Amino acid sequence: MLRLIARRILGTIPVLFVVATITFFMMKAVPGGPLDTEKNIPQEIKVQIEAFYGLDQPLWKQYASYMGNLLRGDLGPSFKHANRSVNELIAAALPVSLELGGLALCVALLVGIPLGVVAAIRQNTWIDYLASSSAMVGICMPTFVMGPLLVLVFALQFELFNASGWDFARDRVLPALTLGLVYAGYIARLTRGGMLEVLNQDFILTARAKGASEARVVFRHALQGGLLPVVSFLGPAIAGILTGSFVIETIFNIPGLGRHFVTSVFNRDATLTIGTALFYAALIVVLNLAADIAQVMLNPKQRVE
Amino acid sequence: MRYKTNRCSIRVLACAALAGLVLVAGCSKPPTRVSVGNQEQILHKGNGSDPQELDPHIVQGVTEHNILQALFENLVTEDPTDLRPVPGQAERWDISPDGTVYTFYLREGIRWSNGDPVTAHDFVHSYRRALTPSLGSEYAYMYFVMQGAEDYFKGKTQDFSSVGAKALDDRTLRITLNGPVPYFLSLLNHYSWWPVHLPTLARHGDPYRRNNRWTRPGNFVGNGPFVLARWEVGHVIVAKKNPHYWNAANVKLSEIHFHPIESADTEERSFRSGQLHVTAAVPLSKIPAYRRDNPQLLHIDPYLGAYFYRINTTRAQFRDKRVRQALAMAIDRKTIVENVTRGGQLPAYFFTPPDTAGYTSRAAIRYDPGGARKLFAQAGYPGGKGFAPFEILYNTSEGHKSIAEAIQQMWKKELGIDVKMLNQEWKVYLDTEKSKDYDVSRAGWIGDYADPSTFLETFLAESGNNRTGWANAEYDRLLKEAARLGDRQARYELFQKAEAIFLDEMPVIPIYHYTRVYLLDPSVRGWRPTILDHHPYQHVWLESPAASLARASAAAQRP
Amino acid sequence: MPEPAPASPTPPAADAVEPGRSLWQDAWARLRRNRMAVIGGVVLLALTVLSLFGPLFLAISYQEQDLGLGAAPPSATHLLGTDKLGRDQLARLLFGGRVSLLVGLAATGVSLTIGLLWGSIAGYAGGKVDAVMMRIVDILYALPFTIFVILLMTVFGRNFILLFVAIGAVEWLTMARIVRGQVLALKRQEFIEAAVALGLRKRRIILRHMIPNVLGPVMVYTTLTIPAVMMLEAFLSFLGLGIQPPMSSWGLLIKEGAEQMEEAPWLLVYPAAVFAATLFSLNFLGDGLRDALDVRASRD
Repeated sequence: MLRLIARRILGTIPVLFVVATITFFMMKAVPGGPLDTEKNIPQEIKVQIEAFYGLDQPLWKQYASYMGNLLRGDLGPSFKHANRSVNELIAAALPVSLELGGLALCVALLVGIPLGVVAAIRQNTWIDYLASSSAMVGICMPTFVMGPLLVLVFALQFELFNASGWDFARDRVLPALTLGLVYAGYIARLTRGGMLEVLNQDFILTARAKGASEARVVFRHALQGGLLPVVSFLGPAIAGILTGSFVIETIFNIPGLGRHFVTSVFNRDATLTIGTALFYAALIVVLNLAADIAQVMLNPKQRVE
Repeated sequence: MRYKTNRCSIRVLACAALAGLVLVAGCSKPPTRVSVGNQEQILHKGNGSDPQELDPHIVQGVTEHNILQALFENLVTEDPTDLRPVPGQAERWDISPDGTVYTFYLREGIRWSNGDPVTAHDFVHSYRRALTPSLGSEYAYMYFVMQGAEDYFKGKTQDFSSVGAKALDDRTLRITLNGPVPYFLSLLNHYSWWPVHLPTLARHGDPYRRNNRWTRPGNFVGNGPFVLARWEVGHVIVAKKNPHYWNAANVKLSEIHFHPIESADTEERSFRSGQLHVTAAVPLSKIPAYRRDNPQLLHIDPYLGAYFYRINTTRAQFRDKRVRQALAMAIDRKTIVENVTRGGQLPAYFFTPPDTAGYTSRAAIRYDPGGARKLFAQAGYPGGKGFAPFEILYNTSEGHKSIAEAIQQMWKKELGIDVKMLNQEWKVYLDTEKSKDYDVSRAGWIGDYADPSTFLETFLAESGNNRTGWANAEYDRLLKEAARLGDRQARYELFQKAEAIFLDEMPVIPIYHYTRVYLLDPSVRGWRPTILDHHPYQHVWLESPAASLARASAAAQRP
Repeated sequence: MPEPAPASPTPPAADAVEPGRSLWQDAWARLRRNRMAVIGGVVLLALTVLSLFGPLFLAISYQEQDLGLGAAPPSATHLLGTDKLGRDQLARLLFGGRVSLLVGLAATGVSLTIGLLWGSIAGYAGGKVDAVMMRIVDILYALPFTIFVILLMTVFGRNFILLFVAIGAVEWLTMARIVRGQVLALKRQEFIEAAVALGLRKRRIILRHMIPNVLGPVMVYTTLTIPAVMMLEAFLSFLGLGIQPPMSSWGLLIKEGAEQMEEAPWLLVYPAAVFAATLFSLNFLGDGLRDALDVRASRD
């Protein structure tokens, strides 16, 4: 197990390298640059600014110096936020995204898994349809509908919360709810699907025949197997939640990472884009590793490997 | 089989939910940020996007200006009602009879926010910094009216003493211009001319290069009514009252919080929820509702800007000016302004906004679909036949899209031509426009200062902001001559002639003149509509309507 | 005259052999018995037909503006109301259906094909092949999707077919992971070991035995993918990279409706309702398929 972890972490480095390279060249290939503004910048000034950021160097040189800095952990200066480094920007936005993501995840799991379990054990009854339909509401309501709706009702109508911001504890509620309910839907469906897979297997029949209580059957045997597809899904889903949904952060004006992820591309802020991409990549790898470990632990048959 | 566990857990869940609801409902409503702000004189302003920087020599936009206006003060400052230049750091000035030499006498006792005195030398050093080529200041050309400035900037000389900015002593500054510039004092209200404190810059990096850390809170030093206290990217920028400001006794606000909220919908909801005193914008769809239900909150102020379509005159089908004129005449601007944008904008029948420092173009175009059809036929496209379909380019925005869709329909209906729409993301759009890879492109232009030249000079042949491929020697000649004159009337006559040529040639189609539409809480006082949307904060204060009512009744009760 | 050939012995009726049914026929029979799935299928079909052919029967085009009217509530002339430029919502809704369904199905098809193959091969092959293939998935997952789409849109032109290639190319990654997870679990099952013992070629095992058996969770995830794709398309329109006006899609209509939720709720309610109906149908259909294809769920 430890060797697996070590090997995977070592394997991360080439992944990050490739991500940085691909993103770097993609940003160079896309039309428009960070210095393109509506009011034209005279050529002689542009030359100075480009020299300062090293944009006048040949492409391979820019790449080499960027990679050199990267190896030292320096993600470079942001173009758009003129006196901040990418390291600083990510460091400032990260705790916010972690908090938002963590809370949303709690919501997603607390709502999704029970709904899925209930739907599975009452398959094809009205309880199943009710639970499944409730879960689906989370999937088929886009966040840019649900968010403003929740704000309109709970913040503006009932005045229980602020319409936006991230200053007080109560500001966390609506964003986490909006973000979490979407994933709750997916998790409920996958839990249901996975549990049904397991519930229809022979060993469950055996357990029931042996007189095991339903609770034992469900929680001891079925749930473990039922969580399998959820765990597969959870890896990338966590990364998605953690980097914050761009839409949620825009609707609630939250200074998280999700906004940087999208706006950096629109601003052609290459260093910030690569920085957030790398962070996301590292996160994905770590989470996938965790998901695989969890999968091995949940699926006894795989331990033999 | 009955599953008691299920029933039990359902009961528990229901109880928990009920308890939660009771708890939340029972909590008393916390005071809104606005009401707290009113009591503590803290202004909460929605400011669009994050500022790129807070160094006045490096920035480019309105977002940055809104903040800089609190942090710096120039020789002159603006009158809050009509923006005319009034004494700022300088208490008075002399202008030579030929209008080329300005002598400013600084006030006594003016200081930077760290206590250092503000001297005339500070201004000279600051100008030198702004004109240093390695800094790459994007607005450096605003200095070119000053003698020797352009040469110094372009590297033709390294000697700054050749530039017309001299400190005669600690409190006297003399600026020499190339020729008379009647709007020079207004020009000084543009942030590119504002002074920075060189010793502070030197302490935190190279003053003549970018990425200097002096604008960080804690490092920041300015001479305005407020000082930078906090700057959290994406979250808030806080400016606190500057005790060293010469007029601090009369500044009533204690703090200003700038909230960078990019989405206008989010901002509007925040305003309604009592989190903002003033917004940067109002979502289009909400304007009629506010007009109807809460007109006292909605402010629509004329703004020095024009919304227009650039025509790529290098494309064969647009070479004939009759085609361009026809396209312009077939647009029903009134309908667009009333039914599409609905923000009280003015339909534009000429390019420079009306009453720009007293100038209004006499030449104008008309809405005349019949005439447009005739012109089209004369140009060889009767009924629109044979006119190749083309694309309207615009950058992603609900507003631009709606306007373009409306115009697309108008052109189809009146001229019988097929027009497609091309929506590009902002940077791609800029790139496309600059490389003249478009047919017709949506554009906007905001004046930098109150003078028609800031609009008309955009379309000089050599201007990088032209982008239409249009050039007219007579037009250029008229504008260059106007730049040399000192007499306002004479200049305006030349502008009239130039604009007449411009409208005849129609390289762009003016559509409307801007308004600034925003929401303002009634507790904000001293906030007046101005053509450049400048609201000097030292004249602003907060008093909730309830408080002023209480004050009035208390005053009435006093014997 | 030769003797008539003796009649071949007819087996007694009680031992009559039933006509053999393949796995798929079995599944189809089961699916038909699942009422909710059938309803879902019917609704989906109805919406598809309406979207495909509906616009042909409408008098008003989805493009026609009526600026003076603006956003008006449902009336006799405009059954579902109008948007802020006075365009008929019913027409836009039906036309938008074409676009959304097309994008949904096509992108999902792309992602299903790639993901299924990739995940099965990786999961079954194991070892180094698996490691490399999944590392590639990790890398692709980490790439900023927005850049990729902007790049596609600008380099290859504003083609909306490109849209679902771009979306499909993102969604296959999760599909591959799920398939691989399932394959890893299946690999240890006895019937696979039996197939291996029988000496069947790897390709045959993957295609004939693995894939049919991973189809259960894959089908469920596919029906989760189509709405995700449609949502992704709405997000792209939100950013300005998706469907261009005057074309519309359900995602775009919902986004426009959300912005005017308070002033013109009809602009949100109808597109959202249709969108939800489609998603519900897809889900029930997917459930039914899952139940139908699950061999061990056989109630025969």
